Amino acid sequence: MISRRDFLQVSMAASALVGASGFGNWGRLAAQQALTQDQLLQFDTFGNVSLIHITDIHAQMKPIFFREPEINLGVGENKGEVPHVTGADFRRLYGIEDGSPSHYALTYNDFSSLAKGYGKVGGLDRVATVVNAIRADRPDAILLDGGDTWHGSYTCLKTQGQDMVNVMNALKPDAMTFHWEFTLGSERVNEIVEGLPFAALGQNIFDSEWDEPAELFKPYKFFERGGVKVAVIGQAFPYMPIANPGWMFPEYSFGIRDEHMQEMVDEVRGMGAELVVCLSHNGFDVDKKMAGIVKGIDVILSGHTHDALPEPVLVGETIIVASGSNGKFVSRVDLDVRDGRMMGFRHKLIPIFSDVIAPDAQMTALIDEQRAPFKADLEEVIGQTDSLLYRRGNFNGSWDDLICDALLSEREADIAMSPGVRWGPSILPGQDITREDIYNVTSMTYGKAYRSEMTGEFIKVILEDVADNIFNPDPYYQQGGDMVRIGGMAYRIDITKPQGARISDMTLIKSGETIDPAKNYVVAGWASVNEDTEGPQIWDVVESHIRTEGTIRLEPNTSVEVVGA
Amino acid sequence: MHFTRRETLAMGAGAALLTVLPFRANAAVDDLIAEFTGGAELADAGVDLTAPEIAENGNTVPIEVSAPGATAIMVLAAGNPTPPVATFNFGHLAASQSASTRIRLAGTQDVIAVAQLADGSFARESKTVKVTIGGCGG
Repeated sequence: MISRRDFLQVSMAASALVGASGFGNWGRLAAQQALTQDQLLQFDTFGNVSLIHITDIHAQMKPIFFREPEINLGVGENKGEVPHVTGADFRRLYGIEDGSPSHYALTYNDFSSLAKGYGKVGGLDRVATVVNAIRADRPDAILLDGGDTWHGSYTCLKTQGQDMVNVMNALKPDAMTFHWEFTLGSERVNEIVEGLPFAALGQNIFDSEWDEPAELFKPYKFFERGGVKVAVIGQAFPYMPIANPGWMFPEYSFGIRDEHMQEMVDEVRGMGAELVVCLSHNGFDVDKKMAGIVKGIDVILSGHTHDALPEPVLVGETIIVASGSNGKFVSRVDLDVRDGRMMGFRHKLIPIFSDVIAPDAQMTALIDEQRAPFKADLEEVIGQTDSLLYRRGNFNGSWDDLICDALLSEREADIAMSPGVRWGPSILPGQDITREDIYNVTSMTYGKAYRSEMTGEFIKVILEDVADNIFNPDPYYQQGGDMVRIGGMAYRIDITKPQGARISDMTLIKSGETIDPAKNYVVAGWASVNEDTEGPQIWDVVESHIRTEGTIRLEPNTSVEVVGA
Repeated sequence: MHFTRRETLAMGAGAALLTVLPFRANAAVDDLIAEFTGGAELADAGVDLTAPEIAENGNTVPIEVSAPGATAIMVLAAGNPTPPVATFNFGHLAASQSASTRIRLAGTQDVIAVAQLADGSFARESKTVKVTIGGCGG
């Protein structure tokens, strides 16, 4: 008698094979100029239920470039574990050939040259083609959006998320959960959610006054698919009022609330659910920990930390699927559910190569309709870049270096701080920088660039505080962003130390002097979570800086010394 | 992370406190527990404490304690200048032995619940609640 766990492990091998058939061949296929849509979509339909997962689109409707991280450090039990594996180690782990399409899609090395060969990724009109193809195989496939959808672009900011709502509604998801959506403010979020033609889920979205589940967001939704009762439980980003400005949505409280998650799992099982899916915006390490604590979840569709994994990770009897960000990937998970339980699965992470997958014409038209009123502003060329501009990575990205340079020069500051967010497409050397590109890495509802004085001691407190949000060995105490980006100051960080002891050797770069805890420094930054922040919008600061510079040339940033990795 | 000058000065004062984070349980906490239990052994099971891992607002942190059959539950914030938060006493007419309240935490610290159970024995659970400046979430 084969146990359920054995079944899952056999499935795991099968999944790897599906992956391998794609991965092993793509390199050669590409060499033969033969990477085709059919190969990207190839999938032997399996079992009786299909899930389609897309997450962290950050309002990227059009194809983009997106470089995956070079530095993604795990701590505690997650040291060296996926998704904290990058570059050549990642390719070795998954059997990906150097120079292959998967190399380009999933790792950072040789990004600029591979990007020229393989082209852009994403585009919701291409995503529509993929979703439609899966629905042709399995008409009742469940499409789930993991959130961070109504944020991240010029048009999304100007329309308060309406452009993305219109486009996503056309894609017809079955359910969604949330994070950055709440930075539109609770009034606007409530207005959109009340009109959504699909389920808005979050078992951890509570009313802050009564500490009871919020009425507008349901904890779960049932679907009947292939004769199987499927329950999808939503898990919104747990640390919204901490990582983002809580004053914009004071009526809501979040948290991981894994004990309430267990209650919901037990409740849906009691109501006859044969398959329990968690649509999560926890971040990968939090999902892994939660999967070990909450019993009875079959599949976690993981979002927030922007990881793209070619195979699910198995924790106990739960599989965790990570589907990347910015519209670059779609995951398809086929499940065999029999006798009230999940007996096996087949999975594929589908990279959206924009030049290979044909756009869906109706969706292209709908996207262009959203952009039409802003076309001239979007396309205005502000400058050029000789350097690759990217963001993802634990400590600094070249986009952040550029933003910090802009803050230092435009705001006449000693030190600049830029938030360690993980969204924002890349720009290749030789490309123009348009206004749209600048908004893609800066747009938000609290983008004002402050300028204030801070003591050296307080700057250290901030660095220690943010570092603990990434490098606390217990994932439940992590918020899922990267380290705050610093301009004008160098420092050393030992990621193995506890809070208060990680940061040392803080040095003001322009003078080479050691930061004095008692001295005041002029600090310019943006994305403050405090109300009543004063200053120009960050995108205007960056635009002005790029206009002055004309062509951007950045030297590699060596100001952060990392120890204990 | 914007601070007016006034806030910066105020927070600078707070920073002196923040740098010694996390607050550690002090001897006074051990004394308070010993006073409550009369020095009895503390079991790990028997009392449940629910608290957020990271406080959304350190000034008002929702917590819940429950211990089936307990006659009393004491709650301590180990790192606060005044650790005792509350002691809930349950008479035999109490329908359930649970209570929820909101507490103020001076910084990252352990919140401790000690319950006196029906048989007179004691149980303890603690949770670390992080109080953070916030911002920069991805």
